[in-house]
Amino acid sequence: MTAPFENPPVTEDETAPVVVEGPATLASAKATALAAEPLVSPFDSAGLVEVFRRRYLLKLLVQKEVQSRYQGSLLGVLWSYVQPLVRFCMYFFVIGLVFGLHKSVPNFAIHMFAALAGVHFFTETFSSGTRSIVRNKAIVRKMPMPREMFPVASVIVSAVNSFPQLLILFVGAVAVGWRPEWQGLAAGLLGFAVLTVLGTALALLFSAMNVFFKDFQNIVSTFQLFTHWIVPMIYPFAKLATSSMGHSYFYYLYMSNPLTVGVLLIQRCFWVPTIPACPSQYTCLPNGDPSALGYPDLPHHLFGLGLLMLAISAVILVMCQRAFSRLEGKFAERL
Amino acid sequence: MSTSILARNASKQFTMRYHRTIKQITIAAMRRQQISDTFLAVNDVSFEIEAGESVGLMGLNGSGKSTLLKLISGVMKPDSGQVLTRGRIAGLIATGAGFHPQLTGRDNVFLNAAILGMSEAETKRKFDEIVEFADIGKFLETPVGHYSSGMFSRLGFAVAVHTDCDIFLVDEVLAVGDRPFKKKCMARMEEVRAAGQTMLYVSHAAGSVRKMCDRVLVLEKGVLGFDGDVDEGIRYLKYDDDKDDEVDSEETEEDSDDELGADV
Repeated sequence: MTAPFENPPVTEDETAPVVVEGPATLASAKATALAAEPLVSPFDSAGLVEVFRRRYLLKLLVQKEVQSRYQGSLLGVLWSYVQPLVRFCMYFFVIGLVFGLHKSVPNFAIHMFAALAGVHFFTETFSSGTRSIVRNKAIVRKMPMPREMFPVASVIVSAVNSFPQLLILFVGAVAVGWRPEWQGLAAGLLGFAVLTVLGTALALLFSAMNVFFKDFQNIVSTFQLFTHWIVPMIYPFAKLATSSMGHSYFYYLYMSNPLTVGVLLIQRCFWVPTIPACPSQYTCLPNGDPSALGYPDLPHHLFGLGLLMLAISAVILVMCQRAFSRLEGKFAERL
Repeated sequence: MSTSILARNASKQFTMRYHRTIKQITIAAMRRQQISDTFLAVNDVSFEIEAGESVGLMGLNGSGKSTLLKLISGVMKPDSGQVLTRGRIAGLIATGAGFHPQLTGRDNVFLNAAILGMSEAETKRKFDEIVEFADIGKFLETPVGHYSSGMFSRLGFAVAVHTDCDIFLVDEVLAVGDRPFKKKCMARMEEVRAAGQTMLYVSHAAGSVRKMCDRVLVLEKGVLGFDGDVDEGIRYLKYDDDKDDEVDSEETEEDSDDELGADV
């Protein structure tokens, strides 16, 4: 784009050999150094690369978000525990006790909370990311900076806010006998990686589209009504797999949701190792050995599926970044 | 000398939207009304500014000065043509825009400086200077939401002024602030000029443009109407015979600094 003007004819700045010392020499030296730089478009469109090059700014933006979030409230950070705990208790009571999943699913609370932690992180990323650019319009309209900063910062803020839940989950899992084990930890990391990459991608795309039509933030909150039902959270995967749906095309549709795979991986990390060596009332485990776990408790090739979903999410991320770059040229005037 | 700012046939088009919801659009379409309308805020503008030049950008309200400045600062992207720059850009535009009302003055200085491209070390080194320039005293640890508007803009100013840059952009922000503060700003602009940095100064005040600049660009409804000598440019705009309009305030002051930010 900048081709014809990239290398201007190098002109001699210092026509006479400079003998004077001090600021004048410094200034002209600076000028020569500057003349060697290319002429570039001031509109920054390097995208995510630029965001990670300016990590210091990213750090400050994240701090700002985290600090300002609960300012002026008495409970402060505690609020990020309250909502998920309330939701958890409700599901636990209704689904676990009233519908009796306690009896048929071992450690149902861990099963549910593991899924909830993943889903909550994802929805938080998605919804706060979607609003991020509009919320920071004062800056976007006036100051030049990589605009991807805002969605990316909100992904990190969501991760920070999800941490308490993960801590509760961890403590709970340890209490019922969870012990670290390599495969499980790898599954957990992979699960969160899928959710992070996908969440970032969607946050980028929707934050850009939300600038043009505020409908998108409503679409996202509508979507959130589904998220708790389309992943194995309040029902175990086995239930779905062994139902009539497990043998239809619907099963493939269900499994092609990266969110589902991410949640299953997190459950593989926190829930599966806590399953007691199979007592007779559970129909679940072949030979009662958690490491031999397979269909129907978890899908076959869960790791393969996870890696595939990570790759797909990465492709989606690249596409969303492209879309963002096309849209960002009009942010300043549309906000 | 090398080119510092280059615009080649740069245009920026804005869309004015009459109808926003589907309902309104449908009704408008049925009545065969126009659904949207566009106008060129910056229309095919070309110019070249050498490094070290001080250029005044003038024009009536709505002539596209701020849009052009946004194209140069990198907030907006031209729809067609090119705007290219060389080196780091800073200046007195949109000062304080990045301030977060709930953060303290101190936190905001760091955040704002980072947005302007300063590193942590650089900000720390200049921090005392910035605070002194802003002259906000003990309010440094107060959330900026509680600042008076003067303090708010002074702090924003102070950060912007202390950014090292190669291109210094000044919008008509000098209207804010009291007399001593305006003087400080003018002194800073003189410094920028003396240091050989490129300066682009948007102003309605013929006096200060005359004092600061050695070239003038005049925009008329988005089109570059004049590019050249300062006095000729001011005459082109017919601003010179407005002189008597500016008399109302302290005309007796020797350095006539009442012209600095006078919004004509």
